[in-house]
Amino acid sequence: MRVRLSAESVHNELVRRVEEYSGQDLMACYQCGKCAAGCPVAFAMDMLPSQVIRFAQLGLVEKLLESKTIWLCAACQTCYTRCPKGVDLSRIMEALREILMYEQGSHINYDQISLEEIVEWPQQAFIGSFRKYTV
Amino acid sequence: MRATYFPGCTLNTTGKGFDNAVRASASAVGLELIEVPDWNCCGATYPLIIDNILELAAPAHVLVAAQTQGRILTTACTTCYNVLKRTNEFIRKHPDERDRLNTFIEAEYQGEVNVKDILHLLRDDIGFESIQSHVQKPLTDLKVACYYGCMVLRPPAEVGYDDPDHPTSLDDLMAALGATPIDFPHKNECCGAYLAVKAPDVTRDMVYTILRSAQAAGAEAIATNCPLCQFNLDKQQAEMRKIHAGYRPVPVFYFSQLMGLALGLDVREYGWDQHYIDARPLLAARNLWQGEAMVEGATQ
Repeated sequence: MRVRLSAESVHNELVRRVEEYSGQDLMACYQCGKCAAGCPVAFAMDMLPSQVIRFAQLGLVEKLLESKTIWLCAACQTCYTRCPKGVDLSRIMEALREILMYEQGSHINYDQISLEEIVEWPQQAFIGSFRKYTV
Repeated sequence: MRATYFPGCTLNTTGKGFDNAVRASASAVGLELIEVPDWNCCGATYPLIIDNILELAAPAHVLVAAQTQGRILTTACTTCYNVLKRTNEFIRKHPDERDRLNTFIEAEYQGEVNVKDILHLLRDDIGFESIQSHVQKPLTDLKVACYYGCMVLRPPAEVGYDDPDHPTSLDDLMAALGATPIDFPHKNECCGAYLAVKAPDVTRDMVYTILRSAQAAGAEAIATNCPLCQFNLDKQQAEMRKIHAGYRPVPVFYFSQLMGLALGLDVREYGWDQHYIDARPLLAARNLWQGEAMVEGATQ
């Protein structure tokens, strides 16, 4: 993939919003890859957790907003626990979801949830997912 | 010893058996639980964006309600523990946001309550040795893998009371109850949690990895302290054989069910019927399931 970088594109508005919402310093990451190595959902992701932060560092937030990865992060905090630089990547994932949902609305289809599931499943599964995937 | 107890939504409904077992077992080992008056849902996830004051209102209201009953607030739901504990830490460390939050919920809460997971209380305040002295029916020969999930381990600086990469508190409790705890590398790996609602195929693979790891280490059952982990690990197995030929399911216990059994309590209301993989045949095989009502279940 060819990517054209410039000072303007690296410090764009979306990057500023990711840092503001997440409270994380994107440049603290030095790409050791521990987050990607330990992520239990990495097998299903189209971009590795370490790639998410690398793209954000390079100002390519729009690419991240198109990825499946931000919707697969379960905020288990394994990456944050192991990060030698203390970057809370789950907060960056949440910031990316929020940016997208502010524009596009909720990212869950309630109609796909059957009545049977509502009765059978623990409430915390629904409340947790509604909080993560709705605005 | 007394502690204020927050059951939470799940333990009040689908996890009622977990809740019944926790209350009875706690009482049997000298831990008196007083339910939080007028409680509400904690929100089920800790908000991760910085401007999160509004989403902290629900857990903060629980903390305020708990304060009326005493200084120690405990819960058996690991998600509730994580949310309440992190909210309390946030309130203690951020005076400006605390004032905004208090204005919003009409309170003057400063973080006075001490939030402790029930396993933490049982370990440090009651003591596993003391619990061992109450055991009536030791869980002899039951090879159980203890699965902790995420919520009592991470982030360790805010919620941790055990090693985040190699926790042992649940293993130590199971050993005190007479069981044989089986160590396995995925005891702290995420099961997918609420991702199961949106991406069930993904969580099924995550659950399979955890369960196979436990079985390869020699486990014949799983014990967990998280109600959502219990659900995911248990339910996903019902269909597992269709995807992984020859897969042999294992029962997934709430830790409190095994505690009640070992303490010789009346376990009939512990939600055995709600398990997808019936736990009773294994218990019967280990001579841990006796009595007429129990045998009926075991023969299903």
